Amino acid sequence: MDVIIESLPQYWDGFLRTLFLAAVSGIIALVAGTLLAAARVSPVAALRGFSMAYVEVVRNTPLTIAFFFAAVVLPRLGVTFQQFEIAAIIALSAYTSAFIAEAVRSGVNSVPVGQAEAARSIGMKFGQVLSLIILPQALRTVIPPMINILIALVKNSSVAGAFYVLELFGYGKQLANDHGDAVMWVLVGVAFFYLLITVPLGYLAHQVERKVAIAR
Amino acid sequence: MSSVLYDVPGPKARRVSLIGSVIGVVLIAALLAWAIMTLAQQGIFQAQRWAIFGQADVWSLIANGIGATLAAAAIAAVIAFPLGLLLCLMRISDVAWVRIPTRIVLEFLRGMPVVLMMLFVLLVFATSSFIAVVAGLVLYNAAIFAEIIRAGIQSLPRGQREAGLAIGLTSFQSRLTIELPQAVRRMLPSLVAQLVVLLKDTSLGYIVAYGELLRAVQVMADFLGPQFLFPVFFVAAAIYIAINLAVSRLAIWIERRGSKKAAGGVAKAPTAGVSTVVK
Amino acid sequence: MKAFLTRRKSLLAAASAAIALTLSACGGGGTGTGSNPTPVEKPSFAAGTTMEKIASAGKVTIGTKFDQPLFGQKGLDGKPVGFDVEIGKLLAAKLGVPADKIEWVETVSANREQFIKQGKVDLIVATYTINDKRKTEVDFAGPYYEAGQALMVNKDNTSITKPEDVKGKNVCSVTGSTPASTIVEKYGAVLVPAATYSACLEPLRNKQVEAVTTDNVILAGFVNKEPDAFKLASDETFTKEPYGIGLKKGDTEFRNWINDQLESFSKDGSYKKAWEDTAGAVIKTAPELPAIDRY
Repeated sequence: MDVIIESLPQYWDGFLRTLFLAAVSGIIALVAGTLLAAARVSPVAALRGFSMAYVEVVRNTPLTIAFFFAAVVLPRLGVTFQQFEIAAIIALSAYTSAFIAEAVRSGVNSVPVGQAEAARSIGMKFGQVLSLIILPQALRTVIPPMINILIALVKNSSVAGAFYVLELFGYGKQLANDHGDAVMWVLVGVAFFYLLITVPLGYLAHQVERKVAIAR
Repeated sequence: MSSVLYDVPGPKARRVSLIGSVIGVVLIAALLAWAIMTLAQQGIFQAQRWAIFGQADVWSLIANGIGATLAAAAIAAVIAFPLGLLLCLMRISDVAWVRIPTRIVLEFLRGMPVVLMMLFVLLVFATSSFIAVVAGLVLYNAAIFAEIIRAGIQSLPRGQREAGLAIGLTSFQSRLTIELPQAVRRMLPSLVAQLVVLLKDTSLGYIVAYGELLRAVQVMADFLGPQFLFPVFFVAAAIYIAINLAVSRLAIWIERRGSKKAAGGVAKAPTAGVSTVVK
Repeated sequence: MKAFLTRRKSLLAAASAAIALTLSACGGGGTGTGSNPTPVEKPSFAAGTTMEKIASAGKVTIGTKFDQPLFGQKGLDGKPVGFDVEIGKLLAAKLGVPADKIEWVETVSANREQFIKQGKVDLIVATYTINDKRKTEVDFAGPYYEAGQALMVNKDNTSITKPEDVKGKNVCSVTGSTPASTIVEKYGAVLVPAATYSACLEPLRNKQVEAVTTDNVILAGFVNKEPDAFKLASDETFTKEPYGIGLKKGDTEFRNWINDQLESFSKDGSYKKAWEDTAGAVIKTAPELPAIDRY
């Protein structure tokens, strides 16, 4: 137990790094995922096709493979970086955006048809229909699954620890090696800091879900 | 559905869309070509680097990796599913001292990175990496299965439970024989989708030194020499994606089949649904 | 049709040439399968000792690494090869166990102590550094080799020659390994953690890290495979890593017996031969057996 208190600075540093990775990737993934979903329902066939192919392939790619691409294959293509956090953010946001896109798309599908028809009948174009009428309404039903995707993102960021980025999981492994006699407590400490992010997020998702359910 | 969002494009809009599509396709093709050219310049596509795939030994190692991936996924799924059912029943139990601790445990399991659970089992219980991978997958996915089935039970019409209780079943009997089978059938698409997640997560075994496909090819590249890293990696990635796509297709197929049945209103023996997932 | 056939033939020839090349370059000494020392016929040991138990069972379980070039690395046939593996075979032979009756178990740095404690392996030969912390949990025979931490850099790098030079620079090592702790805590490097040492090679090649650090013998294996790309920053090592043979704590008879055998291997030349067959392909100067630590 002492080992947790003793190593609090490392835990805290790892916690902040994990939070940083998840926050930046989360924002990029939200934007990219929404754009992908918009492309998926757009009038342009090529956009639809691209969005569909992207989502289908990425959702079926293991995260470790995505990390390998970002951290090892990309530098070979000339995209080099000294901070491996960039590779982690690329991998995490590319991966997560596919799931966000699917969530947004199902949200779009949940908005009653009459809404879009009414919007079109008053002369709105596709972009306006989507951004002013459909997406704001879709958002309500989409928020709980989206939070769940973000929770998964926080947990997925632990894979970065094996791909050149020092974060909470990596610190955990380091501390476990340094304190061979208290491995269990070291890892319980790591778990605690992950739960510090994921449990409140889960609670938030639950609350939003209830609120949305009542509002309907 | 999507056609509701915009008017039927006129000739001008269609032309613009076509031109845009062509430009888009050309851009993506150009990007891919550039990527392949860049990699080719570094000699990654030299025939001798790919000639290793003519060797039976190489394929037997890859087959071992696939076997290890599938074995971990299959065993984890077979254990996680009944465990998920059990956890679900405990989670919705009428007895508070069963329900509340179960809820805490489920929250805990859902909030933890799978790879951390694997590392925990590997280091604290000092198991082989195979057991660590399976245990991590079981703990996490049982919790998810439990939540999915619980959502299924909650979505059932209330009359199902009331009827069960009315004919004299105990609360537990009603859950087990009336609600659970229907919930499982109803949630089959989600359950199979979760199987894809489980299958994908076996690749986390790479981090705890379990010889699944990705680690198998890494170890092979270490042995053969780094110039073979890219070829074996590309092959491994393709295999992984192909397997996952196949299981995803299966999920979609089950969903379609399920919705057709529901439309026809013919209910099949509920146990059939259960056994489909376990397979 | 004929053209097709000849093309196929030349492809096949290229394939087998590539394999032959890689095998001779890095198959842990060329033979690929390693040696097969003759087991002692019916060795006799005092009843109740671990040696007697293994000898009468006729088989032994040995833990080693599967991803450590030159010491313990899994070959294409699934069997490990390397210096550690040779030492394991020599010891097994003295117990009357032939090489094909040895069960090789992959042990990683994180689970070695536990594998010994729980009896999952009879002994571990796995680039296992003897230190006081580990001695509280397991016993060590040996050392049978003394390695040391070193730095590997790109061939054209002249700015890093000693560990002090990496201060504030990106250095790649394995997450949660002792060399990683040392380079950060003692020399102030910025750690870039990887899953395996071989995973450090790409970032080094792409100049995203300045150096890779771990035991010199492991790095030597990488340099040997790509002498045009990498080099050791210096031949000097900045730590001492005596490799020992891990076994159950308190089994003093077994420990003493292994120590005796190691000394006998040194005398009869089998130690030198084991080295030359494996790591000797890269590190030319055959080591002398270090002084056995009979604690």
